[in-house]
Amino acid sequence: MYAIITISIVAIIVLFFGAFGKKKMILPIIYVGLPLAFIVNLMGWNQSIHYFNEMYIDDNFTIAFNGILIFITLLIFVFAPVYYKSVKRPLEDIYALILFSLVGGLMMTAFGNLVMLFLGIETLSLSLYLLAGSKKSDPHSNEAAMKYFLTGSFASGFLLFGIALLYGACGSFNLEDIKLYVMQNQANIPAMFTIGLFLIAVGLAFKVGAAPFHFWIPDVYEGSPTLITTYMATVGKVAAFAAFFRLINSSFGEVDFLWKTSLIVFAAATILIGNFSALYQDSVKRMLAYSGVAHAGYMLIAIIALKGNAAGVLLLYSVSYSIATITAFAVLMMVRKETGSFSIKSFNGLAKHNPTVAFAMTIAMLSLAGIPPMIGFSAKYQLFVSAIEQGQLPLVIIAIIGSMVSVYYYLRPVVAMYFTRSMESTPFEAAKLYKKQILVMAILLIILSFIPGLIIQLI
Amino acid sequence: METTVTQLQMIPLVYYIIFCTALFTIGVVGVLVKRNALAIFMSVELMLNSANLLLAAFSAYRNDPSGQVFVFFIMVVAAAEIAIGLALLVVVYRSSRTIDINILNRLKW
Repeated sequence: MYAIITISIVAIIVLFFGAFGKKKMILPIIYVGLPLAFIVNLMGWNQSIHYFNEMYIDDNFTIAFNGILIFITLLIFVFAPVYYKSVKRPLEDIYALILFSLVGGLMMTAFGNLVMLFLGIETLSLSLYLLAGSKKSDPHSNEAAMKYFLTGSFASGFLLFGIALLYGACGSFNLEDIKLYVMQNQANIPAMFTIGLFLIAVGLAFKVGAAPFHFWIPDVYEGSPTLITTYMATVGKVAAFAAFFRLINSSFGEVDFLWKTSLIVFAAATILIGNFSALYQDSVKRMLAYSGVAHAGYMLIAIIALKGNAAGVLLLYSVSYSIATITAFAVLMMVRKETGSFSIKSFNGLAKHNPTVAFAMTIAMLSLAGIPPMIGFSAKYQLFVSAIEQGQLPLVIIAIIGSMVSVYYYLRPVVAMYFTRSMESTPFEAAKLYKKQILVMAILLIILSFIPGLIIQLI
Repeated sequence: METTVTQLQMIPLVYYIIFCTALFTIGVVGVLVKRNALAIFMSVELMLNSANLLLAAFSAYRNDPSGQVFVFFIMVVAAAEIAIGLALLVVVYRSSRTIDINILNRLKW
């Protein structure tokens, strides 16, 4: 709760400093404000406080996911000064919008009431629509923003109609009351309830980018500015999954026959479509977008295998996916700055000039693919184990096939970096700017690879 | 207020549900069929407002004000959403001189 207030205040202060032309102060304020919010967030650990008539629930699940969201945002802000180095204006609007959308993400992990879920999703999405179009002169960015807006508001309509039908069936927006209703009427669930739940699932599947509602993801991720794409692919996705998990876990665990089959179909389709579409992408940015779709499928498995320690598994998977994705996108930003292209050819011979950056990209790709020493492996392993315990063997087999396919396209940039010689042999200029930050990300990824057990036991 | 609720309750609830579902379906079809961005915005508004109407109807039938309160939240969000949508539309129009969404095809496969 207090983390939300802190971040909102920081965002407003950032806007004020931008308005008064104090450009140098903006980023330091964010670098102080976000760690402060992180600490404030941790204060409610093990207390499980409910605010505003159960609207906002501050339990350990909330605090763990909010901590990750704030931390990811901080990591993305580390890359902001180098990414926007050539832009002369203060950029306070972009930074403030990122912070406001983070507030929406924090609300989504903590909702105890469907009203709060809707408001959180809208706060996150409305800011992201603008951020996707924040490169106003670039027609690709405009197009991405427009597509994101149209699909996103379409999905909100579905979500809202679903909530209305659910309210009609249960008479309340409160998750506890809905659970009570479900327990009492388990035998004769009205059709209105089933349709409402399905519409909500469709709306949320749109937001997390699960197939068959994933079609906007590649276009939007490719067209948006890369820093914003990184933010969307990490914070947006993790927050939406936390919301999805909390919704299903706290209200609909008893009636899993209503949603399980459709979610299994969604997950299997997402894994297959994401991985097989990523195979024939030439642009690395688009490939990472499809990889995000595929990972959405894996994370859906955590929701399907609800019982047991699925929350911890989802947390571990979110951490591994987010950190590896940020590293990969950071290297992509650097390569793009130097060569002006996202194509896989622009990675040729990177290892010769920048061994550190090439190493960081390699471990990020290995982690995303799930190769043993990295954190991505332990996350996938835990996920599959918990799914098999719940009797989801066919789904796990599909997921493993998807994983094997994914190794091919994840290793393509690695092969290009190490084994293909580049046309020109000038060392990268942009590398000087990005090198330190990318090194930090790589070290973080290696450290995390040693402590997956710690994260999974957290909640 | 009391008379309004009794008047609302004179019509059976199922009529409201059918009417709202019809409105919602018109909205969905409109989004999928129309090629003009403004017409799509209107269809999205229709979807949101059908949900509003449904919430208000349920709220009146159950004598529970929380549904009506949610309607206000939805109205605020819809206003913010359409403001952002129109701003994006202006930007797209400036760069391409049309609001037909068929021109949004630079990013593909």
